[in-house]
Amino acid sequence: MKRLLITAASVLALTATPAFAQDMVVTNARLVIGDGGAPIEGGVVIVDDGKVVFAGVPTPGQTFSTDTVIDAGGAWVTPGLFATVTTLGLADVSAVDESNDITARETPFSAALDAATAINPTSQHILVHKAAGITRAATSMVPAGSIFAGQGAIIDLDGDARPVMQARAFQMINLGEGGADRAGGSRAAAHVLLRSALREAQALVGKPGIPETTEIGKDDEVFLSRFDAEALVPVVTGKQKLYVAVERMADIRAVLALKTEYPKLDLVLVGATEGWLVASEIAAAGVPVIANGLNDLPETFEQLGATQSNAGRMAKAGVKVAINAESLQNPRRLQQVAGNLVALTRMPGASGMDWGKAFAAISSVPAEISGMGGKAGVLKPGALGDVVIWTGDPLEVGSVPTRVFIDGREQDLTNHQTRLRDRYIDLDESDRPKAYDW
Amino acid sequence: MFADKSARGRIAVLATLASALALSACATTGGSGETASASASAKSDEKKFAATKAGDPVFASTYKPYPNVATAIRGATVYDGKGGTIQNGVVFMSGGKITAVGGPDTPIPADIAVFDGTGKFVTPGIIDIHSHLGDYPSPGVEAHSDGNEATSPTTPEVWAEHSVWPQDPGFSRALANGGVTALQILPGSANLMGGRSVTLKNVPARTMQGMKFPGAPYSMKMACGENPKRVYGARGRMPSTRMGNLAVNRETWLAAIDYANDPKAKRDLGKETLVGVLKGEILIQNHCYRADEMALVLDMAKEMGYKVAAFHHAVEAYKIGDLLRENDVCSAIWADWYGFKMESYDGILENAAFLQREGACVVIHSDDQNDIQRLNQEAAKAQAAGARVGIDIPDATVIQWLTYNAAKAMGIADMTGSLETGKMADVVLWNGDPLSVYSRPEKVWIDGALMFDAMNPKTRPVSDFELGQPGEGDVK
Repeated sequence: MKRLLITAASVLALTATPAFAQDMVVTNARLVIGDGGAPIEGGVVIVDDGKVVFAGVPTPGQTFSTDTVIDAGGAWVTPGLFATVTTLGLADVSAVDESNDITARETPFSAALDAATAINPTSQHILVHKAAGITRAATSMVPAGSIFAGQGAIIDLDGDARPVMQARAFQMINLGEGGADRAGGSRAAAHVLLRSALREAQALVGKPGIPETTEIGKDDEVFLSRFDAEALVPVVTGKQKLYVAVERMADIRAVLALKTEYPKLDLVLVGATEGWLVASEIAAAGVPVIANGLNDLPETFEQLGATQSNAGRMAKAGVKVAINAESLQNPRRLQQVAGNLVALTRMPGASGMDWGKAFAAISSVPAEISGMGGKAGVLKPGALGDVVIWTGDPLEVGSVPTRVFIDGREQDLTNHQTRLRDRYIDLDESDRPKAYDW
Repeated sequence: MFADKSARGRIAVLATLASALALSACATTGGSGETASASASAKSDEKKFAATKAGDPVFASTYKPYPNVATAIRGATVYDGKGGTIQNGVVFMSGGKITAVGGPDTPIPADIAVFDGTGKFVTPGIIDIHSHLGDYPSPGVEAHSDGNEATSPTTPEVWAEHSVWPQDPGFSRALANGGVTALQILPGSANLMGGRSVTLKNVPARTMQGMKFPGAPYSMKMACGENPKRVYGARGRMPSTRMGNLAVNRETWLAAIDYANDPKAKRDLGKETLVGVLKGEILIQNHCYRADEMALVLDMAKEMGYKVAAFHHAVEAYKIGDLLRENDVCSAIWADWYGFKMESYDGILENAAFLQREGACVVIHSDDQNDIQRLNQEAAKAQAAGARVGIDIPDATVIQWLTYNAAKAMGIADMTGSLETGKMADVVLWNGDPLSVYSRPEKVWIDGALMFDAMNPKTRPVSDFELGQPGEGDVK
């Protein structure tokens, strides 16, 4: 490809390497790096070979070469959003059982379940959320037959044949009311199940003095098979993250205490509605939180302390906080939640986040928590070339992407919803029925 | 996704509830006749027993406006709720009513409370036409699951108000975060005919009657589609199909017409509700997602001689905006819910805008204890989706979706829903553009009484349930 020589920007004189993605530069951007900073006026992003090589304000007179120049015309330009935790790709219609791989109530397996094997990259939910500016996501099953959801994956949303960036990126368990219910009816049962499972996993890696059973079950129900125990080996050895869904202050403390018994656990809290009540303890433990963003109702007894200030208060205490997409009506509401966190900064007595930190809570921070720090949710040299150009302030309701790039490749934003929109842009059937309008 | 969980959760609740109540169904349904039996053979000196007559007001509202002081807001952008905008406007309320609305020169007395609204916005109180607060309160435990009398496909005899728990903390969140001053509590959608709704003023109260909106008409909830056929089909009884849904509905209406024409009929609570609908005294709020099913319901309504006030969850309304306009039916919709059940598969962000384009009535509703706190933001999303395809809807019209249009479809538009002289002083002062994510209610008046003030923590209601709990009195 013939490269254009551009002045007024960058640091690089690019060599003509064969590009797997079209190289591009976005100029004249209201640029959001995604690292918590404020937007930068007159920003430039350069993507080469699918990776960001520069993002910021160029030094006047510098040159670089590229295939494509996109003048953003002052529009907001951001990294792609990172949605965690989601079920994207695991269901077409969740209420239609046949299309739903989110839960597996009837299986004898639990921790061994691997979401990566079930992901449909052309699910309409993936396509709709790509059009909403989400380019990467952590996706997980939901615990059904046991406290273990199974192993979640990090996916991209480009709809191609390889949606899974990292399979088995994390194990997820529920140690709150839901986990108690699934373990037999009490949190005590859930904790015994977890500990016995972790001990089984330790036994499999030869830790001495630990009994080995064949399986844990009751009546016809299997809580943990040998395959599940094997799947927990990377958890107990700290090679795979353990996401723990809990809401109540006491449950959060119990999760943090697991580290004294299993020091290698790489813990992440999910939900943590009452996290603000123990924010300093979470911060001291260095455990990040994927927090319910705006929940402010005692919808369960484990959420009595629910407040919209939860995320803001934890962040203020030094906790790394991402917003939990799973607690939303749909993940494309992440930007709305972040915007609401900004709104809270204007309310007496409430805690929110400034704009940059709120945006980071749906971009770089969830990426970091997911093990994609520096790669996703941020526009810094070396990061994946996920760039989104928006109609307006991306945290404002109603803002949507005008263009989305994943790995430096421009994405088709067409989906079932846009096709319906285009069909029903009028109701004219004077010549033919709507079915011919496509 | 939460939607997935929510939908499944609701299904599970329905199933559990249904099995739990099946045993007692015969004792609780068919509640007729306890009044008439005493009459025939009674001797003249024996006490006669009689309930009040059908149609007499019962469970009467005890709501009274709380004390208010004459108040004016000056300098704000005022959306009047009927599509009008006044820059640098004045809203003057006194005696619980809107006294004057106008431009900067609108006269106000010298000795009243005046708020500077510069840079701020005023709207009528937000109205949610579709809520289950109180009937599915927080905490959402099974003991609180009072929203679906899922024991018979038609239960027009039940009244949602008899399930309302006034201590639901959701009411205060809707007030403080959403500026919601009135809301309609509907029975759930397990049944073809779910029962009567109740309209509430969003004030804290010890009893439901203390919240009951004086003079608001009743509505009856009906439901199309997947829910009734699933709930009853799963039990091997009618309806198990959409044609079954229609058949049961039509049979029930025909029986109600017979009842209405029979002067000797014994009182029947369910049929009293249906006859109220036929007479036009009770409105119909019809849960219905699909365009084709809405068209069937409109035909059924013509057949039986009643009118549908609004289709709720009308995800496919955009496909028949012309038909809805011609029938003068409102569509109460979400901005972005889609894809969680088969009948929501064709949900699009442009639904409201396409309806508005056709001149059909749009209402944004919540059906959700969280979304009711941000109906303004939901409306803004729908507006923006329209703008992207060239349908520019003025901000003031978008506010009408949450105020006057909701009130109209609930039959209370002559009392609230717009800022007009003589109407209830249900008013929200927003700290910025209410169609921006960055804005929130600063003050909320209901009948002229200041019921929430973000600047004063003591004006935040704390329900009995929240006392002594973590975060009591927090800004939430």
